Amino acid sequence: MIRTVSLFFVLLAVWLLLSGHYTPLVTGLGVFSCLLSALIAHRMDVVDHEGQPLHLGPRIIPYWGWLMAEIFKANLDVAKCILSPKSHLRPSMFTVTASQKSDLGKVIYANSITLTPGTVTVDLDGDRVLVHALTVGSAEGVKAGDMDRRVTKVMEEHL
Amino acid sequence: MIDLALDIATWILLLAGGLMLLITGLGLLRLPDLYTRIHAGGMADTLATAFIFFGMALQSGFTLVTAKLLMIVIFIFFTSPTASYALAQASFVAGLKPKLDGFEDEDA
Repeated sequence: MIRTVSLFFVLLAVWLLLSGHYTPLVTGLGVFSCLLSALIAHRMDVVDHEGQPLHLGPRIIPYWGWLMAEIFKANLDVAKCILSPKSHLRPSMFTVTASQKSDLGKVIYANSITLTPGTVTVDLDGDRVLVHALTVGSAEGVKAGDMDRRVTKVMEEHL
Repeated sequence: MIDLALDIATWILLLAGGLMLLITGLGLLRLPDLYTRIHAGGMADTLATAFIFFGMALQSGFTLVTAKLLMIVIFIFFTSPTASYALAQASFVAGLKPKLDGFEDEDA
């Protein structure tokens, strides 16, 4: 039930941000359609822990901040590699182990690897993640497992 | 005065984003195979998008337009890794072998 309420408020926030019209009639129709959508989603039983990951709570915010900093550094690394491939380009492929138990945790980890330029998740099978890396530095970054630990910490309550 | 400073900052951010896109294009042509080119494409989705977003957000200020721009950036950050993964996974399953030189892991 709490997830349906949360879905309603997310829909309402998106509607208010996108519409820009705040006359009583239009806003009332917007609120009504958000309510109707939330109720239909509730009846269809599609409001689950993946669509509304409330259990992650505010811990995901500092993780996003850290991820942004990592993306910035990785971008400079890839740019260097493109500009002088001879000295930096060392493609490699290897498997690492994901320590998250839930599907959502594994998806967050695998997507974080892919979002960071220089490393791409090629395959995710059970807890084995097959990663393709562009340079020595980006490969070492994934192998060090810092990102894996941080994602596990974000998921902590659900382990 | 503030306007001029904002304009200069916007210029710098947009040019930095454009430079990133240029390097991305260069990488797409220059790198040897599909897997390495995916990495180059990843740059356009992340830092270039972020630079251009901040540049445009400085012009629009605290308005609904900035909120909409932010939503676009969030959508890109959620969907682009999914697309990259789908591309890499499809090529891998189809049997395309990545070109590797040097330090390969034992169980790769």
